[in-house]
Amino acid sequence: MFQTFFWAFVVGGLICVVGQIMFDVFKLTPGHTLSSLVVAGAILDGFGLYEPLIDFAGAGATIPITSFGNSLVHGALQEAEKHGIIGVLTGMFEVTSSGISAAIIFGFIGALLFKPKG
Amino acid sequence: MLEGQSTWIFENKPVIISTATVGGPFEANGNISDDFDILHEDLWLEQESYEKAHKVLFEEAFTKAIEKANLTKEQIQFILAGDLINQITPSSFAARTVGSPYLGLFGACSTSMEGLAIGAYITNYGGADYILTGAASHNAAVEKQFRYPTEYGGQKPPTAQWTVTGAGAAIIGKIGNGPQVTSATIGRVVDMGLSDPFNMGGAMAPAAVDTIMAHLRDRHINPSYYDLIVTGDLGQIGHEVSIDLMKEKGLNINETNYQDCGLMIYRKDQPVLAGASGAGCSATVVYGHLLNRMKQGEFKKILVVATGALLSPLSFQQKESIPCIAHAVSIEYGGE
Amino acid sequence: MTKKNKKLTTEQQKYQKLQKKRETKRPVITNCIKAFLVGGFICTIGQALQLFYIYNFNFTQKTAGNPTTATVIFFAMLLTGFGVYDRLGQYAGAGSAVPVTGFGNAVISACIEHRSEGFVYGVGSNMFKLAGSVVLFGTFSAFVVALIRTLVMKWGGF
Repeated sequence: MFQTFFWAFVVGGLICVVGQIMFDVFKLTPGHTLSSLVVAGAILDGFGLYEPLIDFAGAGATIPITSFGNSLVHGALQEAEKHGIIGVLTGMFEVTSSGISAAIIFGFIGALLFKPKG
Repeated sequence: MLEGQSTWIFENKPVIISTATVGGPFEANGNISDDFDILHEDLWLEQESYEKAHKVLFEEAFTKAIEKANLTKEQIQFILAGDLINQITPSSFAARTVGSPYLGLFGACSTSMEGLAIGAYITNYGGADYILTGAASHNAAVEKQFRYPTEYGGQKPPTAQWTVTGAGAAIIGKIGNGPQVTSATIGRVVDMGLSDPFNMGGAMAPAAVDTIMAHLRDRHINPSYYDLIVTGDLGQIGHEVSIDLMKEKGLNINETNYQDCGLMIYRKDQPVLAGASGAGCSATVVYGHLLNRMKQGEFKKILVVATGALLSPLSFQQKESIPCIAHAVSIEYGGE
Repeated sequence: MTKKNKKLTTEQQKYQKLQKKRETKRPVITNCIKAFLVGGFICTIGQALQLFYIYNFNFTQKTAGNPTTATVIFFAMLLTGFGVYDRLGQYAGAGSAVPVTGFGNAVISACIEHRSEGFVYGVGSNMFKLAGSVVLFGTFSAFVVALIRTLVMKWGGF
């Protein structure tokens, strides 16, 4: 059990360090950095490397934004297996919508409940 | 009268007959809170949006300045004001409240001195009995427009500056008791190719130096003519770079008498990174704190060099660099 | 950054060198350590949530990611709404921006901020101001990657 938590902490932390280096050394904006990380996640899953990372590090790989890219590719590939090429288009949002839907819903609720604090 | 390339000498010495400064919570906790006329505990000022609160800052400063001068709104000939918000709406809406003829200005954070310079010019030549001029900024409204939503967890680098929530207003008159505006130098746009919106001090320093040197050259004087030369909001980095730059250009500046409003308004332990900025920075520090010190006899002659970064959120995204400008106005009080 | 130098005049280049000396350097190592600790911590919380969902709600290792993500974004909403997330962000940098909570914060902070312009044009049009690029590039790159892989597998006869 401890091992699971340990690797979640370390791998998640390391992915964040990559992001921090992109901020501070390469002077990229958060938008550029996060977009790059998402694309990286997608490419890694294309090579079949992200799923083993999830098995190894659990939430350390599913919580960082890179997992968005991974989920999107996964959904597309799953559908492609069933329906061929067209599945690539239809399958993408089947697997990943929880993050985006949650952000939209809680964003709206947040706007109802909160005022910015400045 | 035009002196040299870009300096006006005001022979009739228009007088700053009253001023008013309004600040927000950070300023209330800051270094010079006693010099503010009105201070607010939050950024909302009981309004529904930051932009509306921004307008209220101006309205309060304008009303207070008029009150302190024992004038009525109807006696003000012209309002010269500006801010950082799109289409300078806070200034325009506040001018609507006062009701006098209005000239909106945009000089980014150099607006305060742009207004004082033009206002003094008009008054000097009898174009007005009384002119109301001012500049303001609101931290959250500016962050929302130029950078990120205020609750966004973005990390600002140590070169970033904190926008002042405040408004400073002054009434210039042909005659009266008070500090006199004796000259002004209008700056030109200077761009050294820097493009980091989180390091505006570094971008603005060359403009400040350019205007200071033009002023001294036009008036045939040395920096020691002034008891204090103060820039608007260069911040820690801009201030130090400007000193380096002046030394490199052979200008002998006395560092004790060369200061920056952005470094005066907050305390060292406030989380403001490289210092304060915003159109309200130079306006509130000059029209409150510095003029108070002049009236107490600490300075007889000061040169205020307000600096502005003329970028927009769009220009940065289009990979443009940051052009900057600085306007200088000299103020004298209490003898030659 | 070097391609810019070609367009700069000598005077500009000279000034930029001068300016660089005074420009406060970013504390990269300290920032990385803080990002590591906070990011790692957020992922650990996520791990705990995941196990919670697996044991108590019949989710499997594969499917527990979904409710975990949603829960973690819910917490991001609370932290954003109470004005805590921006302080955390200044401290942790990428440590709070990279986890999916950062995505949530980007959307939610934009919603809260633009409520003053109404729900349709304020909240609705501006909510993806910061996070839209992540959705765009994530979707598009996934499309390309999946397409290439599918084609390769098809024609490779796997």
